[in-house]
Amino acid sequence: MNVFQTLAEYLSYPFVIYALIVGVLVALCSSLLGTTLVMKRLSFIGDGLSHVAFGAYAVASVASITQDMLIIIPVTVLAAVLLLRRGQDAKVRGDAAITMMAVTALAGGYLIMNVFGSRSNVSGDVCSTLFGSTSILTLTGNDVLLSAVMSVVVVGGFILLYNRVFAVTFDESYARACGMPTARYNLVIAIMIALVVVVGMSLVGALLLSALVVFPALSAMRVCHTFRAVTITSAAIGVGCALLGMLISILASTPVGSTIVLLDAICFVIFSFIGKED
Amino acid sequence: MAYLTCTNLSVGYGSHPVATNINFSLSAGEMICVVGENGTGKSTLVKTLLGLQAPLAGTIELSDGIGRGELGYLPQQGGNKRDFPASAWEVALSGRLPRLGHRPFFSKADKQATDDALERVGALDLKNRPFDELSGGQRQRVLLARALCAEAKLIVLDEPTTGLDPTAAHTLYALLEELRGGGIAVIAVSHDVSEALWHSTHVLALGHTPPLFTTVNHYRAHVKGVHS
Repeated sequence: MNVFQTLAEYLSYPFVIYALIVGVLVALCSSLLGTTLVMKRLSFIGDGLSHVAFGAYAVASVASITQDMLIIIPVTVLAAVLLLRRGQDAKVRGDAAITMMAVTALAGGYLIMNVFGSRSNVSGDVCSTLFGSTSILTLTGNDVLLSAVMSVVVVGGFILLYNRVFAVTFDESYARACGMPTARYNLVIAIMIALVVVVGMSLVGALLLSALVVFPALSAMRVCHTFRAVTITSAAIGVGCALLGMLISILASTPVGSTIVLLDAICFVIFSFIGKED
Repeated sequence: MAYLTCTNLSVGYGSHPVATNINFSLSAGEMICVVGENGTGKSTLVKTLLGLQAPLAGTIELSDGIGRGELGYLPQQGGNKRDFPASAWEVALSGRLPRLGHRPFFSKADKQATDDALERVGALDLKNRPFDELSGGQRQRVLLARALCAEAKLIVLDEPTTGLDPTAAHTLYALLEELRGGGIAVIAVSHDVSEALWHSTHVLALGHTPPLFTTVNHYRAHVKGVHS
C-alpha cells in the first residue's frame, strides 16, 4: 500500500510523467533496431556512436550552446554514416575503426570539458553524461517533444521499411542482386541508430546505451525464431525493462541507467533458461 | 530469343581480369553449367552477372523484358545466415521485394505467390519452421522458392549442391529440370561436374583460353578427345 501511495504521489508530478514517456520511447526505438544491429554484427556501433555523441555534447556545453542537440545530432549522424560506409570497403576493420573513433571522441570530450569547462562541477557533469542521471527528471516539455518527434521518425521509419530492413539484414547481396538500393537502406538504418543514440543518452548515459540496443534483441532471439516475433518481443522487453527500471529507481533511489540495464541483463538470463528448455 | 547474352565479357577485381573473352547466351529452358578449377573466375562471373560488381569489359544483355528483379539467385551454402531468426516463410516472402515498388507492405497477392512458390518446390509444409533449423536441402528449396517468388525467369546458382547429400542434390536438380520445363533458364556454377553436367544443356568451361562455350554433348566429346 505504502509503495503504491508513494508511486501515485510521484506520478502526479508532470516531470516524472515526462521522464517515463521519454524513457519508454527511447527503449522502444533502440530495441526495434537491436535485431538488425545484432545480426549485421554491428552491436558495438551503438557504443561507438554514444562516445561520439559524448564528445559532441562536451563541445556544445563548453561553447554554451543552449540548443546542444543542434550540434550533437548532426555530428552523431555523420559518424554513423562514416562508420557504415567504412564497413563496406574497409582497410581498417570495422570494429577497429569504431573503437578508434569512440576513444578519440571520449578522450577529446573529457579534455575539452576539463580545460575549457566553465561549470564548477565538471566531474559530476561528465559522470551524468556517461552513466545517465537524474537529469531525466529535469526534462522540459521541449525535450519531451524533441524525443517524441525523433521516436516517431525512428519507429515510423522502421515500420514502413520493415520488409526492406529484413531483406537487407538477412541477405544483403541477394537484395542488391535484385536491384534494391541497399546502400540507401543502410544509410537510413545508420541515421536511425544515430537518432536513437542521441535520445537515449539522456536516459541511461553514453556508456550504458548499447545495452538498450543489444539486450532486448538477444533475449528475444533466445525464445523466438521468426523475425517478426523477435522484433515484437524485443520491443516489449525493452519497454518493459525501461518502465520497471524507472519506477524502481524512483522508489528505491537507485541510478536510473544502471537499474534499467541490470533489469535487461536479468531478463536475458531468464530468457536464456526458457530458450534452453524447448 | 535469348534471355541473357554475354559478349566479350571480362570479369575480375579492379584492373585484374580473372577471366576474359567470355561469350555465351542462354535461352528459355536451357541450363548452363559453369565449370573450371578454383581461381578461373567462376564466383567472379556470378557476382558480375548479378550486378554485384561491374564487368571489366564487354557486355551483359538481359532481354525479353527481364528486369534485375526477375533474376533469381541461390547463394553458396553457409555464410552468415547462421542463427538468423527467420521462418522459411519470411525468407521466401522476401523474394517478393522487387515487386513491392514503393508500397511499404506485402499484399494478399504477394503472400499467395509465396505460398505457391513454396508449394512448387515442395516446401509448403516447412513454412513455419525456423530457417536455420532446416537441413541443407530444405534450405536450398526455400531459397529457390524465394527466387521463384520474384517470378524469376533466370536463376543463378553458386555451388548449389555443396554440403548436400546425394539424394538432396538429386532432388534439387530434378526440381530445376521441372522449372526449366516451365521456361526458366538456369546458370549453375559447380565443381560437382558429373551430376551437374547430366542435367545441363550447355557448358561454359572457364579454364580454357578463351573460355569454351558449347553443348554438353560436344563438351563430353571434347573432354574424351583430350584424355585419349
